[in-house]
Amino acid sequence: MTDPTPQPSLGEELRALEEIVRRLEQDETDLDTALRLFEEGVARLRRARARLGEAESAVQQVLADARGELEFRDAAL
Amino acid sequence: MNLSLPFDRPGPVADEVWSVAEVNAAVRGLIERELGPVWVRGEVTSFKAYASGHWYFTLQDAGAQVRCAMWRAFAQKAGAPPAEGTEVYALATPGLWEEKGEFRLTVTTLLRTDQVGLQQQQLERTKAALARDGLLDPARKRALPPFPRTLVMVTSPDGAALRDVAKVARARWPGIRLLVVGARVQGAEAPAELVAALRLVNRLDADVCIVGRGGGAREDLSAFNDEAVCRALAEVRIPTISAVGHETDVALTDLVADVRAATPSAAAQLAVPDRAEVLHRADALAARLAGGLSRRTRLLGERLARTGDRLEAAVQDALRSRRHRLERAAAQLVALSPLRVLERGYAVPRGPDGRVLRRRADFPPGAPFTLRVADGDVAARTEPS
Repeated sequence: MTDPTPQPSLGEELRALEEIVRRLEQDETDLDTALRLFEEGVARLRRARARLGEAESAVQQVLADARGELEFRDAAL
Repeated sequence: MNLSLPFDRPGPVADEVWSVAEVNAAVRGLIERELGPVWVRGEVTSFKAYASGHWYFTLQDAGAQVRCAMWRAFAQKAGAPPAEGTEVYALATPGLWEEKGEFRLTVTTLLRTDQVGLQQQQLERTKAALARDGLLDPARKRALPPFPRTLVMVTSPDGAALRDVAKVARARWPGIRLLVVGARVQGAEAPAELVAALRLVNRLDADVCIVGRGGGAREDLSAFNDEAVCRALAEVRIPTISAVGHETDVALTDLVADVRAATPSAAAQLAVPDRAEVLHRADALAARLAGGLSRRTRLLGERLARTGDRLEAAVQDALRSRRHRLERAAAQLVALSPLRVLERGYAVPRGPDGRVLRRRADFPPGAPFTLRVADGDVAARTEPS
């Protein structure tokens, strides 16, 4: 159920993005750094937007059987 | 059409005269709009249980009395009918029985005051026990995650609470994953089922947990005042919201959970962020990101242009100084040129092989040579001996 490679959370992406924008808006960064920051920002933005665009999924009811094994069953609302 | 009615003030016109049904309906509306459910304390008298299951009785105290009706669904939950003269708390909605024009209370909950005393004592004991173990300590409260991926709800799988949570949560964030761990929320089995469900939550990969039920009367919340349920809730490893759907009464789970919500809908609103707001924030960041870079490149372009100007000036300078040096060198070269010496009347003799002839021995008798003078060569020969 857990991702094999843990992705940064949406909150982390947005925080990092804010920091990138803040640095980019300062004059001190050289062009190389600015381009690197921009690319990183675009990647983070893409991941954030992907999370924002996730589609609706069914509500699942969690049941534990007699042996304590978990079972996930779509719940009818 | 105007009717002349025997009123001593300017009378209403005919279509302003109300029917009895209309006035009763209007009064009923007034009462119901103005007065919600209220707790009323009084003695039960004239009690009658009908075959239909409905209960009818009068509530009275020293000063007044009122007729009450309790419909079958609520009467069944109330247990044994109250004996004549029992003092009770009744949760009741004041209203008007339109057909009879009779004011009455519609009762949904009936509690014997002596039992309420016992319940209250039990509640205080549980609360003290929880407080002693630090479970009500505000320092225990955890913050809700800002962007949960999975929300797990502990409630009755076919109750209104789950539908409300699903509706609000998906409206705010369609991609939210919703899990429900079912448990009965009222009745004798409810505490044990809630405890089992809360323990199961700890085996799930979820970010936030809502435990609760839709609105109910006081006795329906007793499972949420249960000590074992409160302790199981305190052991849930993810942040918890208690939402027992009762605006006025606070259940003990409300005090143990990290956050209390008045209703399941309110809980969903607290647990799940609004996607529209986050999208707006991401858009603003995207605009600033692009703006930041183009500003950087523009600044750099300007600096480059300034550097270019300086570079060109430097090249021009260098070229100018080179030209001067070249001209000076050319002048020196001219001054040093042997041709200038020839101009002054000197000549350079060269043998047939082009060698410069410098010594007497270089001129054997009769030998040919050339003389280089200022404007050209002259053929010559030494005298024969």
